[in-house]
Amino acid sequence: MPLADAAETGLKIVIVGGFGVGKTTLVRSVSEIRPLNTEEVMTQAGAGVDDVAGLRNKSTTTVAFDFGRISLNEQTVLYLFGAPGQERFWFLWDRLFSGTLGAVVLVDTRRMADSWYAIDRLEYHGTPFVVAVNRFDEDGSRFSLDEIRQALDLPEDVPLVDCDARLRDSGKNVLITLVDHLYQQALAREMTA
Amino acid sequence: MIRKPVDIGDPHRLYTVTGGRSRGEEAGLDLVTLIVSECRPTEGMQSEHVRILELCGHPTAVVEIAADLRLPITVVKILLGDLLASGRITARNPRPSAAHGDAPESALLKEVLIGLRNL
Repeated sequence: MPLADAAETGLKIVIVGGFGVGKTTLVRSVSEIRPLNTEEVMTQAGAGVDDVAGLRNKSTTTVAFDFGRISLNEQTVLYLFGAPGQERFWFLWDRLFSGTLGAVVLVDTRRMADSWYAIDRLEYHGTPFVVAVNRFDEDGSRFSLDEIRQALDLPEDVPLVDCDARLRDSGKNVLITLVDHLYQQALAREMTA
Repeated sequence: MIRKPVDIGDPHRLYTVTGGRSRGEEAGLDLVTLIVSECRPTEGMQSEHVRILELCGHPTAVVEIAADLRLPITVVKILLGDLLASGRITARNPRPSAAHGDAPESALLKEVLIGLRNL
């Protein structure tokens, strides 16, 4: 499905989380296109491949990610990226996701440790984010959001919500939570500017 | 399931696709820069260039082009640099998020919020 011919502004939101946490599911539930997959290359050393000549030797590796798309209006298109949380991916953060509006950290309560690293890296990169807990059917533990906030050592001002990544309304709510958070932050900045 | 692009991983092919150049005129191209064709493909044009011109009859983001061509982002930016330099495509760059210039950032975010709520 092509974009409107008047489309002129692309925006980015990144969904970060460990393997199997439901990033692609969340992208799919809100995207107007079937999620697509693409790759970027980097050197083993971690420095980005600015230099394609580096591709001639075998010291390169690839980082794959999914993405989907939401046309917000005739002019503005929001791209959603599902990004793997593993270490090597973060070397590519600035190259791929500079200028991103913000991020969603998608959490699986059975593998909470996966999220610590993502939160740490987002703070390091100065990317604003919210945290969404993907409640799987088999999530028998049912930790409360307060318990999860404590476990993640998450500051009070970072929004934390439940979601079911399979449901469009739930995925939509996660995105609205993020953008509303960003909006409030921007208003506060503009008030004091 | 994640589709594994078949062509990625052969460094020689990537090198060939870019004509051996190591660095593209990729300045200013973002993952979500929207690309629009300004002409039709012509005879003898490199197949990747042909495909890009076909795809971009409607605005198409750099990352969508990369997914379609099954090539890494870096390589696609080099190909797009060629077409930009020769005026065969134009690029609609994303508004910078921090240095917004005229419109305040809150106005952009409000627009996004409205769009999401209307979904």
